[in-house]
Amino acid sequence: MSITKTIVNVGIADTKTVQTPANIRTLGLGSCVGTVLYDEKRQIAGLSHILLPDSSQAKTSNFNPMKYADTAIPQLLEMLQVKGARNIKAKMAGGAQMFQTGKGTSFMRIGDKNIEAVQEALRKSNIRIVSSDVGGNVGRTIEFDPSTSMLSIRKRNHDIYTI
Amino acid sequence: MMDAFHLTDLQKDILKEIGNIGAGNAATSLSQLLGQKIDMMVPNVEIADFNEVIELVGGPEQPIVGLMFQVEGEMTGVMAIVFDMREAEYLVQKITYNNQSRLSEQTEGADLDIAMSALSEIGNILTGSYLTALSDFTGMNLQPSVPHLGMDMAGAIMTMGLLEISQVTDYAIIIDTEIRQEEESHENINGNFLFIPDPSSFQKLFAKLGWN
Repeated sequence: MSITKTIVNVGIADTKTVQTPANIRTLGLGSCVGTVLYDEKRQIAGLSHILLPDSSQAKTSNFNPMKYADTAIPQLLEMLQVKGARNIKAKMAGGAQMFQTGKGTSFMRIGDKNIEAVQEALRKSNIRIVSSDVGGNVGRTIEFDPSTSMLSIRKRNHDIYTI
Repeated sequence: MMDAFHLTDLQKDILKEIGNIGAGNAATSLSQLLGQKIDMMVPNVEIADFNEVIELVGGPEQPIVGLMFQVEGEMTGVMAIVFDMREAEYLVQKITYNNQSRLSEQTEGADLDIAMSALSEIGNILTGSYLTALSDFTGMNLQPSVPHLGMDMAGAIMTMGLLEISQVTDYAIIIDTEIRQEEESHENINGNFLFIPDPSSFQKLFAKLGWN
């Protein structure tokens, strides 16, 4: 008998939560960072896909908080706590530098800045990063299974691996 | 809530005309470069959120070759030229006069360098043609940056072109023009030009053309 798993998709600048037996994933992360916060015991998890590091750089006041690392991480944490998650840990992936060119442009180091901003937001919330696969120069698709707390990663030219 | 753009039908028609003029000139350049007839489809003007932008080029995991240019001058924005891997390989073969050239996700080393440099050059020519036609039409001074080239999942590549406008809004107005080779021929070129002006550029453009 085959069991079809529900997979919840998280888009760009979005955040969602799931519970076993559903998985949660986001596709085609480049310089963006995907952060999974999860409660291993209760098998509840949430995934945030941020595009930019810092909401103070937003040029409008009514910005989408899920777009920025510093606002998305606390909101995801709260969403999980409301669902009863405790003892929350993190796994993260993404933050690649997709172009080798681009000195002096917004393309430069955006991946690194996103990684640092997520790490900082997690530190502020006292969340431990259990494992991460960040940086480099290739895109990633990531999928988290809350029943095993494993994050699987697919890159071009690579077999799927888990962290 | 998020800023939603609104375009009148007339404004949409103006933007379609921008796509016609720009991509038309770029298609002519490509046609001369390849010695083959290249057709252009009717431009599509879309107001799309970031996820929809990526759907326009095949979805987040679709392997693409993306060439990205910042547009500088009186109007600013991003120009993205998108090919799928097979089309990009064909272009490399034509430009390098080498039918044995291969381009895939496994390509590396000198082969990759040659392919990247050939594609960057095609990108320079096409973007130059597009923007020159646009400059002539609008009387605005527009220049492309150096090309930024990436070969990876569409989601990973296309978000790079959205970073600048994402500081301001969650939506992009996209002028998407597809070019195609004539159907009868064996080879097939099918690429997209996506011109994504910065939100602040639209008023300038409409004002310059006498439509406010």
